[in-house]
Amino acid sequence: MIPAAFDYHAPESLSDALALLDQHGEDAKVLAGGMSLLPMLKIRLAQVGHLVDIGRIPGLEYAKEEGGFLKIGAATKEAALERSDLIRSKYPILLDTAAVIADPLVRNRATVGGNLAHGDPANDHPATMLALGASVVVRGPKGERAIPVDQFFRGLFTTALASNEILTEIRIPVPPARSGGAYLKLERKVGDFATAGAAAQVTLGAGGAIEKAGIGLTNAGPTPIKAVEAEKFLAGKRPDDQTLQEAGRLAARAASPSPDRRGAADYKREMARVLTVRALKAAIRRAGGPS
Amino acid sequence: MAMHKITVTVNGTAHSAEVESRFLLVHFIREVLGLTGTHIGCDTTHCGACTVLLDGEPVKSCTVLAVQAHGRRVMTVEGLERDGKLDPIQEGFMQEHGLQCGFCTPGMMMTGHALLRRTKNPSEAEIRQAISGNLCRCTGYVNIVKAVQYAAAKQQ
Repeated sequence: MIPAAFDYHAPESLSDALALLDQHGEDAKVLAGGMSLLPMLKIRLAQVGHLVDIGRIPGLEYAKEEGGFLKIGAATKEAALERSDLIRSKYPILLDTAAVIADPLVRNRATVGGNLAHGDPANDHPATMLALGASVVVRGPKGERAIPVDQFFRGLFTTALASNEILTEIRIPVPPARSGGAYLKLERKVGDFATAGAAAQVTLGAGGAIEKAGIGLTNAGPTPIKAVEAEKFLAGKRPDDQTLQEAGRLAARAASPSPDRRGAADYKREMARVLTVRALKAAIRRAGGPS
Repeated sequence: MAMHKITVTVNGTAHSAEVESRFLLVHFIREVLGLTGTHIGCDTTHCGACTVLLDGEPVKSCTVLAVQAHGRRVMTVEGLERDGKLDPIQEGFMQEHGLQCGFCTPGMMMTGHALLRRTKNPSEAEIRQAISGNLCRCTGYVNIVKAVQYAAAKQQ
């Protein structure tokens, strides 16, 4: 299948890319790994006048801790995230997430920034970034701004990014001691989008109670969902089974999945509940807590 | 209609062509260069029949624009054989009956070849994980895994 005709640009600097976006407005789209955009163009679900490929702009691929943040360059490949010693040793929730995105060949092209900027509630990083309390750094003609991820997703395939802006970096606050996180995804087969997915990040207090919890859900509504009620409920509670089960119920209540070939809405909501409980348990274990 | 002059090094030889923006890498390989070993299967980024190495990493060439490969190195299944000598991965597929209909084979071999460059002695789980983006509709995975294991042993 061949996409409808478009013009292709391969700027070698961020400022050139921004100028192109500014010039072509809504008629232009940023191309990163292309693992979502190119299939959409091929099946003609999407059509663009201009593709601005940011793949040749140096300095957008990294994962490093700096100034209290884990900073991930927007064009960092999922495969690079999977191989990063820093991610493997300190951020297993990100390894969980990257490892279940599509398949290994796709992950050699797919980027972390693209997974967020595409605004697809079926993508896996959004839930994890919601749980981690991440922000995205966005560059536009007027300079740089940071958008908290919980304000980034506006609707199906719609984000807070303006047509003349580029997502350049993801910033995750370095979690305090006794923190842990996990991402779990139910998929019919390798490479499928989630039937349901849940990310949980917890910090335990000195007494073993949950100090702070972050929960994100994948493919549970028109946007990625932050399970705020469940998060609030967990704060200050001891992580016993009854408490975690209640958090699961609250998280499922925040979900509004659509029925499709992956299952009925009730089934998906139930899976969101189960996965939330399991992700919380894994997160608590990784934080050094019980269960 | 936007045309681009591109140069791509395929199996060690630089090839130049003028292509449309929307022209896919797999079509460049098959139609411009006539290297039909790279197959088109699903054409939707699922099956991996079109797998080639782009700067050494296996990718699905039905979902890469030819212009994106400009200035880069591509290796196709035709590049595995060296001076009339089969690559260990090719020998493995032959010895272990790693193919039935053969359609997925070029992609399987490219993924297997790339895996063995990075991981000299992969476990069965690592092999299965690596080929999880390559589908064999004959479901001949048992022998495909054996073929990769054969190649790994051969390379020791």
